[in-house]
Amino acid sequence: MNSMRYSILIALLFILVACLFAGSLLIGPAAIGLNASIAALFHGEGEMVTLVMREVRLPRAILGALVGGALGLSGAALQGLLRNPLAEPGLIGTSSAAALGAVITIQTGLSAAFALALPLAALAGALISVGLILLLAGPRGTILTLILAGIGLSALATAFTSLVLNLSPNPFAASEIMFWMMGSLADRSMLHVQLALPFMVLGAAIMARAGGGLKALTLGEDAATSMGVNVTRLRILLVVATASLVGAATAVAGAIGFVGLIVPHLLRRAVGANPTRLLWASALGGAAVILAADIAVRIIAPDRDLKLGVLTALVGAPFFLNLILRTRRETA
Amino acid sequence: MNALLALENISIFRGPCPVVSGVTLQVGAGEFVGLLGPNGAGKTTLMRGVLGLVPASGRNSLMEHTPEARARMAAFLPQEREIAWPMPAQDVVALGRMAHPQASARKNRQAIENAIERMGLGALRERAATQLSGGEKARVLIARALAQEAPLLIADEPTAGLDPAAQIAVMDVFRAHAGEGGAVLASLHDLGLAARHCTRLVLLLKGQIVANGTPQEVLTEENLARVFHLRAHVEWHASGVIFQPLSVIDA
Repeated sequence: MNSMRYSILIALLFILVACLFAGSLLIGPAAIGLNASIAALFHGEGEMVTLVMREVRLPRAILGALVGGALGLSGAALQGLLRNPLAEPGLIGTSSAAALGAVITIQTGLSAAFALALPLAALAGALISVGLILLLAGPRGTILTLILAGIGLSALATAFTSLVLNLSPNPFAASEIMFWMMGSLADRSMLHVQLALPFMVLGAAIMARAGGGLKALTLGEDAATSMGVNVTRLRILLVVATASLVGAATAVAGAIGFVGLIVPHLLRRAVGANPTRLLWASALGGAAVILAADIAVRIIAPDRDLKLGVLTALVGAPFFLNLILRTRRETA
Repeated sequence: MNALLALENISIFRGPCPVVSGVTLQVGAGEFVGLLGPNGAGKTTLMRGVLGLVPASGRNSLMEHTPEARARMAAFLPQEREIAWPMPAQDVVALGRMAHPQASARKNRQAIENAIERMGLGALRERAATQLSGGEKARVLIARALAQEAPLLIADEPTAGLDPAAQIAVMDVFRAHAGEGGAVLASLHDLGLAARHCTRLVLLLKGQIVANGTPQEVLTEENLARVFHLRAHVEWHASGVIFQPLSVIDA
């Protein structure tokens, strides 16, 4: 795998993301022509079309790229860290904890009173979960304790989410919680972008700094350490970066499954199985998948509000099953 | 002697139990030291302690350097031949260059090509390393360690699971590495192989060194009985040694 082929792959993925981003801007219930939309985006003033483009479609497209990128990036990072192709971003419990934070604000009515209460509470949930997981897995903890701590935290957060649902004051609150948990990018604003962006940039920056060590981990922790990689530091940095990315993604889009699991797997061979290179290919791939899925939900059922997370799970789960079958054949 | 590794009174504990106690050992340039001992004698733990992978007390010349500098002084070949992802074999070999982040691309390419050539991997270089046979994987991983260009090579049972020809090939590569001014410390279970190829043998029992010297000095009837509970036929010739384990001595 040479650098030339990798650069071409990244360039192709980037073009794909750019095309889907443009497509996401052009598709929606308000029929706006190509020229009109571009004109509205760049130099419209206050008309309805401008409003739709800048306040509805632009944040939705940006969030689609950001959320998909975050999920793809963190999925690739966790698979590299755990040396397991079946790892996914939710494994360390961040998404469940973020969902719990969000669900509490819906249940208490806070989210209705203050628009940013929900994403802020979700971020707080993510923050608490990463603190707990680092505490539980410890600085000298092994990969196995990290996985177990993640499973435990996930189960706990899910149990509390069920409790909140169980105790919800009326069926409307319960159904609102259920719908939010399905994951969607509909009706988001630039505020959501402003909220998620810093955490995603932070997560991506940490990945860029620490990601080089992942390829050494291919040969196991002892070999990586003997090549000068600080595995303990790498593990902590990647957990923090993943939590930051997944927490922000969950805060603005709800729980969207399978993207962080499937995308790294689809692109692994294309990057010569190099886990460091997979990070960036997977980030772009994730962005492309979420943008495409978000276009698809608008085309398939324009007036039924099909949830993005439902579609990714419907398409992703069969992929996952196929992956298991292939793994079984390879190890048989 | 130009010591590449100097250990003084190294002890390693697992919980309250000492796994290695009071090991003092020097490995100098040009030496190929075989670390022998029954299962559970502490060979792996000692090697991991030397590399700073488990905490150890005592003086260890390697631990006086930063982890980054240590990576340029000692390469490690763990016993488990783990390759997690289907990387092309040459990319696995290239991982050894991570110890030299400052090196030029030309220098890196040269080191990788040397290692690939030395281990005869030319035909396998594009193949996914996970799909190679056990012996091929072992060669790829040794090439990876050679590409690290560290003078000291520490190998945990490098010949385990290899066919006889591959075992000898590995020993020859290590011997050549020592001959070029490097040094090798390898744990081995095949006493005959160790006797023929190593310049020095160290016998470990219950975490302590019980013998340290030339193969002829170490592989005595008395030591074999005491450490391995083994009666063996040993013949020393000018062309090498013939070693044949005969029976187990009841403790």
